[in-house]
Amino acid sequence: METCEIAVIGGGPAGLAAAAAAKKHGVDGVLIIDRDNRLGGILNQCIHNGFGLHTFNEELTGPEYAARFVDEVDRLGIRCMLNTMVLDINERKEITVMNSSDGLTEIKAESVILAMGCRERPRGALSIPGYRPAGIYSAGTAQRLINIEGYMPGKEIVILGSGDIGLIMARRLTLEGAVVKAVAEIMPYSSGLKRNIVQCLDDFGIPLKLSHTVVDIKGRTRVEGVSIAQVDGNRAPIEGTEEYYACDTLLLSVGLIPENELSQKINLAMDPVTNSPIVNDIFETSAPGVFACGNALHVHDLVDYVSEEAAIAGKNAARHVRGPRTAPGRQISVKAADGVTYTVPRTIDPQRAEGTVKIRFRVRDVYRGHCLNVYFDGDKVQSSKKMILTPGEMEEVTLKKSDLAKRDDLKEITVKVEKE
Amino acid sequence: MDDISNTYEVVIIGAGVTGCCIARELSKFQVSACVIEKGDDVASGTSKGNSGVIHSGFDAKPGSLMAQLNTVGNRLMWEKAEELDFPVKMNGALVVCTNENERDKLDALLDQGIKNGVPGVRILERGEVLEMEPNLTDKTVAALYAPTGGVICPFNLAIAMAENANINGVEFRLETEALSVEKTGTGYRVRTNRGDISAVAVVNAAGVYADKFHNMVSGDKIRITARKGEYLLFDKILGDIFRTSVFPLPGAMGKGVLTAPTIHGNLYVGPSANDVEDKEAVNTTKAVLDDLADKVRANHLCKVPLPLNKVINSFSGLRPHEDRHDFIIGEPPDAERFFDAAGIESPGLTCSPAIGEMLSEIIAEKMSLPKKDRFISKRRGVTRFDHLTREEKKALVREAPRYGNVVCRCETITEGEILDAIHRPLGARSLDSVKRRTRAGMGRCQGGFCTPKVMAILSRELGIKMSDVTKKGSGSWMVTECDK
Amino acid sequence: MITTLTCIVCPMGCSVSVALENGIVTEVAGYSCARGKKYAEKEVVDPRRIVTSIVRVVDGEIPILSVKTKESIKKDKIFDCIASLKGIAVSAPVKIGDVIVKNVAGTDVDVIATKSIDAA
Repeated sequence: METCEIAVIGGGPAGLAAAAAAKKHGVDGVLIIDRDNRLGGILNQCIHNGFGLHTFNEELTGPEYAARFVDEVDRLGIRCMLNTMVLDINERKEITVMNSSDGLTEIKAESVILAMGCRERPRGALSIPGYRPAGIYSAGTAQRLINIEGYMPGKEIVILGSGDIGLIMARRLTLEGAVVKAVAEIMPYSSGLKRNIVQCLDDFGIPLKLSHTVVDIKGRTRVEGVSIAQVDGNRAPIEGTEEYYACDTLLLSVGLIPENELSQKINLAMDPVTNSPIVNDIFETSAPGVFACGNALHVHDLVDYVSEEAAIAGKNAARHVRGPRTAPGRQISVKAADGVTYTVPRTIDPQRAEGTVKIRFRVRDVYRGHCLNVYFDGDKVQSSKKMILTPGEMEEVTLKKSDLAKRDDLKEITVKVEKE
Repeated sequence: MDDISNTYEVVIIGAGVTGCCIARELSKFQVSACVIEKGDDVASGTSKGNSGVIHSGFDAKPGSLMAQLNTVGNRLMWEKAEELDFPVKMNGALVVCTNENERDKLDALLDQGIKNGVPGVRILERGEVLEMEPNLTDKTVAALYAPTGGVICPFNLAIAMAENANINGVEFRLETEALSVEKTGTGYRVRTNRGDISAVAVVNAAGVYADKFHNMVSGDKIRITARKGEYLLFDKILGDIFRTSVFPLPGAMGKGVLTAPTIHGNLYVGPSANDVEDKEAVNTTKAVLDDLADKVRANHLCKVPLPLNKVINSFSGLRPHEDRHDFIIGEPPDAERFFDAAGIESPGLTCSPAIGEMLSEIIAEKMSLPKKDRFISKRRGVTRFDHLTREEKKALVREAPRYGNVVCRCETITEGEILDAIHRPLGARSLDSVKRRTRAGMGRCQGGFCTPKVMAILSRELGIKMSDVTKKGSGSWMVTECDK
Repeated sequence: MITTLTCIVCPMGCSVSVALENGIVTEVAGYSCARGKKYAEKEVVDPRRIVTSIVRVVDGEIPILSVKTKESIKKDKIFDCIASLKGIAVSAPVKIGDVIVKNVAGTDVDVIATKSIDAA
């Protein structure tokens, strides 16, 4: 069986940053495995600008952001297996991979970095009633068709969901000659960035219908139209508010789900909120030597944070392989409460922490003028007032190692959204 | 549109499971036969949306054609599966009684099952049944158990039958819609959207439209109502909640809403039963999906409520319900050599191999058809890569490298399988027909990842433009050329 | 003339009104921070956008090249820019940053490749 020191599953932004960091921390035997024919993952189809402001202090397109990391991976001489699917992985870190040229082979790794990204929630998950004609696409599939393959998914479009991909696609299809008739959002607010609402919808006069959803799909062969209705506070459609939009395409941008079929094969402890592995402060999962990062861990709004977190995972995978491996010390658990839906990480080892530890999370609702508070075993130790918190944006709090060190009896850190 | 003006001895209207089974059994005889189907693939109408259950036969009224053919069909199904290489699984069926006062209904079912000759049917008391299915509702009082109940993929059944019929000489004309049937001096003329077809005999396997064609040639009128069934399909991670297909006690509209595994390991809740006017109304409806979701929340047949966020799809199908609620098979008194296979609602899927044998024998006798000397009885299905052993997989990829390219990640479907689906007899021509033959796009991402890849393969293999690739035949285009 | 727009510098999305007389900003209202004020002024006086799109590639390992305007262009030139990309086919190999269209739609801004594509 072939061996490698660190196997990185997925060659998108997370996998690339993790692999580069691992190599820079002294591990030569890093292998990136990706199912696509080029590195960069989903960034290759995100041809719009707005990537990398935090990392490079400039505004790049997705392919340009990816290229920075791909170039680094090239320069570092990291080995990549492209067009290769990981079929299986077991608790001994034996990975079954397959491609057309080498067939089905096994690779045994000392450490594994899970960076599989995420997938889009399909129509079925929403139980939108109606017919099942051609012309219903998830926004990312439509993005691939137009930006990678060069085909239009349709000409007259309604989009359900105002996440960033949906907004970006509204502009993209408009620019290429389609008419986007409306974007419907079931929530009373959009989960997309304000900038995207303005520059992707307002710029082109595309209406954003908040608190609306699709209640019927017409058309037996190809979509002929959809009905959109207003929803009440419980997201239930209000009878009598239906409006019919003739269109040939319905795009769905209704959420992303971390890809974790492989994580389940190694029986990692999973967080039911994110559908992804529970990790500690070095992005290590419940299986020693198995790390998780990127959108496979939690869905990010900014790729910069993906790269940053993945680099920590890569560095610690290198430590797992090369040392110095610190014996697992005291674990402080991190808990999400009161408006905070989950946290990454879920535990922190205060001895191991270097300087600071970031806790990233999402909030449940839109909160104006609330505080993000951190409690150490019930004592409020940090509080920062926020003009606005929204579920669409990832939030963070930073803890200092020195503060953690002061409390050698600390058991639990809690992050909450609270009124002042 | 190619105008055709052909003559056959037998024309079969409808390539659902019934029409395909009849075609396959008829292809054992020396006969020129043609199946016409308005869809772009077999099993694209009534046969498409159903529970995929192989019924054991306790449910049908003793003495009915349904009862007679159900037990035969159940027995034949396992044989045909062996012969034609389509997957089946005998997982058993349970009818659960949750109210002490309704036990008599269970006893009545048992009595019916015994009369119908259902092998091994018996009543299990609470303890025994909960041991068999620990996730059953706490309200379980007792259950009827039928060990010969099973599950099947209806597409695979129809496809296997059709492919085998095809290599034995039966023609299939897809996207060919029968518009009318009329008697001529020598037989029948079937008008289609692609011209007229003359035939000595007609087989009416037209599903929800079987009454229309029957009534065109016979004064003995029948009436078929489309009875819609809607379903919620859950992710495979819930597939092992139940091993058996779990039914409630039957009601006036049929067998009730099941909670049961599919042959592919998903779990479903359904079907509902509502009569609809429009025989094309294969849409799902908010009221019914809400109602199914409410049932799930109320632990329908289950100990625990299933997580609704694990629903990966919802779908519906139409049962061809005839007023008398029995199959109508054979010639009407006033229309010689017009052979009905009408009113084929549940347990029609189970009965279809038996209907095929029965009707082909009736036809052969009536038309004095001799048996073929050389009948090819076997058919090989699409190799499911994921079901092979590790060594078999390695060997296959070495021999045919395209099996090394995974196209549908959720279901682990390889390019090799898709090529096989396209290049076999009656091969796939559209995304849905690839999906039916291989399951590419049927997993938890519902084609989000593989749709562009399958489109590209269809475009390349069929030598057509991407903008001519369809989801399910003409009109169902996927993309247009980008104006660049 | 008073223009009202949604501020995009943070998720607050303040509704900011900008009064403009003869191209000069005379009053700004509704903003919550200095960045917001600055954004609104600029957006009213000289709205600009980076435009991203695709062009076809000939003899490349992949058929489509992603491109962008090297700098932002005037907002009302977006569709002219897109129209200028029609019918363009670039021969592989292409390097990231290669100029695909010079001075697109008279904006003095070039359209450049955002992906490197090898020859097939």
